[in-house]
Amino acid sequence: MTKSILLVGVGGQGTILASKLLTTGLMEAGYDVKMSEIHGMSQRGGSVSSQVRYGDKVESPVIEIGGADILVSFEKMEALRWLEYLKIGGKIVVNNFQIKPVSLLSGKGEYSDKILDELKDKADTIIVDAAEKARELGNERVMNVILLGSTVKLMNLQEIDWDKIIEENVKSQFVEINKRALQAGMDLV
Amino acid sequence: MKKLLTGNEAIARGAYEAGVRYAAAYPGTPSTEILENITQYEEIKAEWAANEKVALESSIGASIAGARAIASMKHVGLNVASDPLMSFAYTGVTGGLVIVTADEPGQHSSQTEQDNRHFAPFAKIPMLEPSDSQESKDMVKIALEISEEFDTPVLLRTTTRVCHSKSIVDCYDREEVPIIEYKKNKQKYITVPAFAKILRVKVEERIEKLKEYSNNTPLNFIEWNDKKIGVISSGMCFNYAKEVFGESASYLKLGFTYPLPDEMIKEFASQVDKIYIIEENDPIIEERVKMLGFDCHGVDTFPPYGELTPDIIRKSVEGSTKPSLEYDKSMVVPRPPTLCAGCPHRGFFYELRKIIAKKNAVVVGDIGCYTLGMAEPYDGIDFTINMGSAYPAAHGAQSVFNMLEDNKRRVIAMQGDSTFFHTGISGLLSTVFNKGNTINVVLDNRATAMTGHQDNPGTGYTAEKDPTISLDIETLVRACGINNVISVNPNDLEAMRNAFNWALAIEDEPSVIITRWPCALKKFTKEDREEFEGLFSDKYEVEEEVCIGCKRCTKTGCPAIEFKTDINKSYIDYNQCVGCSVCYQVCPTGAIRKVVK
Ligand SMILES: Cc1ncc(C[n+]2csc(CCOP(=O)(O)OP(=O)(O)O)c2C)c(N)n1
Ligand code: SF4
Ligand code: SF4
Repeated sequence: MTKSILLVGVGGQGTILASKLLTTGLMEAGYDVKMSEIHGMSQRGGSVSSQVRYGDKVESPVIEIGGADILVSFEKMEALRWLEYLKIGGKIVVNNFQIKPVSLLSGKGEYSDKILDELKDKADTIIVDAAEKARELGNERVMNVILLGSTVKLMNLQEIDWDKIIEENVKSQFVEINKRALQAGMDLV
Repeated sequence: MKKLLTGNEAIARGAYEAGVRYAAAYPGTPSTEILENITQYEEIKAEWAANEKVALESSIGASIAGARAIASMKHVGLNVASDPLMSFAYTGVTGGLVIVTADEPGQHSSQTEQDNRHFAPFAKIPMLEPSDSQESKDMVKIALEISEEFDTPVLLRTTTRVCHSKSIVDCYDREEVPIIEYKKNKQKYITVPAFAKILRVKVEERIEKLKEYSNNTPLNFIEWNDKKIGVISSGMCFNYAKEVFGESASYLKLGFTYPLPDEMIKEFASQVDKIYIIEENDPIIEERVKMLGFDCHGVDTFPPYGELTPDIIRKSVEGSTKPSLEYDKSMVVPRPPTLCAGCPHRGFFYELRKIIAKKNAVVVGDIGCYTLGMAEPYDGIDFTINMGSAYPAAHGAQSVFNMLEDNKRRVIAMQGDSTFFHTGISGLLSTVFNKGNTINVVLDNRATAMTGHQDNPGTGYTAEKDPTISLDIETLVRACGINNVISVNPNDLEAMRNAFNWALAIEDEPSVIITRWPCALKKFTKEDREEFEGLFSDKYEVEEEVCIGCKRCTKTGCPAIEFKTDINKSYIDYNQCVGCSVCYQVCPTGAIRKVVK
């Protein structure tokens, strides 16, 4: 059975590193893996997604509407933007973190405070305070690996040697903090 | 060794393993990472060319001199390179030559959705289409072999999803391919009519041989399952089709797509009940299948534009996508891309808007990050057509406005530094030659920013990060015959304003304004740090008591600035601000100040 993990966020949040670690781990665990990313203008603050699929034999790297087993959102509004891609009965992991779209910065319109309620109302939603945890660990940027940790746990992928994957794919000065971030993410869910 | 690679990484790897020695490209999504990845292989000389035509032409030279070569570009890039393509299709190769065209169904970051599969029959050259990364790698090698065996350049056609999707690839060592000894051969390589007429006949003979190849190559294969439905597909669509139909359909998978394998199509089509042709954009396979006398479903079932993702295929065939949640989408606000905090184009657009309002100017845009200046709060562009078009399009428009009685309307055109080197210079030359009077701006942010900060002839470094000449745009512009040139720092709003007024005062000659400041996301070079003092080293903040809530700073469109409606004050996000000082200059009350560190 092919499983689908949809990672979404805002350009610059580190979804790309998270999906790189995830897919590398899955490959080393012996799965067939495919991943698709559209990142043309992602650096300019746009909405980004990494679609990860794994199993015995994966055909499409792209997740269908209603096809994701888990939706992992690095930002609240992005979870709602991509919600139609979640399978009925699928899980949401959402970072309790908001980045205002530019159109809201100039004061025209508000960032809704009902997003988490809407998510919880529609699906099994796990809210993760990854930003707070990352700051506790000493670097807000490891938010992405915290969320990866939560995903790994919820998808029952703890068996994979994630520490080794981190050691091989992260700059040496950041290896320790990322290992701790991954563990913290697992502990949060 | 097994590696998880994107299609682009796999193409680069394929070039390495297949003994390629020369690679040239011009950046363009989704093709850019091919050349970027090739630079890691020392055995291949990898170059950013000034434009795609140059990339192909230099690859042609490498092939004629006896080496295997690869030229890569995005789909619209092949329009630019189509002139050498058509002629080289006649002469054929010495060392194998592969041309990668990376198409963009869905137009994620492109001005058109053209289907470059048409280039293969147009130029009468063979075409291969990979479906995943393994095939992307393998097909580079096979394409080079076909190129040498049939004496033809070969088109390798990919799409965004192939380029940017990862899948597992078996990687091997490089196989060295010796450089073929050069022999002068005028009849083959000089395309004067007398020789070209003979080559022309050979092209037809070649196509006949390639048809036979197409019917026999394992790149085209049949996968028999249930015969009630037969799917004919190529590229990424093949994976999508398998996702949707699984084993309930049989497949004819096409990897060698020009010329198409007529015999194989007949064999397949005659044995299945209902045929779906699953291809993105134009009905190319579909028309061939119909021409062979088979009824089939293509554009009558699937949309002929946009990406053909699994959900779209499912919806087209089954009537609906998989079940999904219904929810309140009204809380979701779009996130369009914007100029970054500290973008050097910001000062230019901020002042431009005022000039447009005052002078009723028409502004011609071009292709780059600065195209984002079309949106609010800048509204700084009237039209943008294609790369390198701003100066000549402006010249044509200004020529017509000049025909009107009492014309006061001025046309201002902009291009980035990379666009200027790409095809901008020739436009400018033509304006000078034809006694134009447009105002031409070069937005020199020291990088090819939009596609990911590649080097260009002005940055001082090659693709392989070797220091090289940094062409001086002001000198070039003067050499083009422009007498009125001014260089400004676009973050200095007064200087920017003065430059516009200076140019507007020159009514019967063309002028050039060069804005020069590095892109905020660029990895700065030693030379950048020397030239641009205090490069993004400050931070600014809003003194809340002094801010009167006039929102002037939000008109700069900087994403680091947020207007807090609850307290009616502006606020600058410390982490995002890079200290360009543009907001500081527009604040009327002095509420914005430099953070004292
Ligand atoms: C013919 C063609 N080739 C390549 C591209 C891809 N492309 C889009 S923007 C861009 C970079 C433009 O760089 P520059 O003019 O320096 O502007 P900047 O993005 O740095 O502001 C490129 C190469 C294209 N759109 N058309
Ligand atoms: S990448 Fe550079 S040029 Fe492009 S919007 Fe950002 S700062 Fe401006
Ligand atoms: S100085 Fe002002 S305009 Fe420049 S980056 Fe900082 S907040 Fe944005």
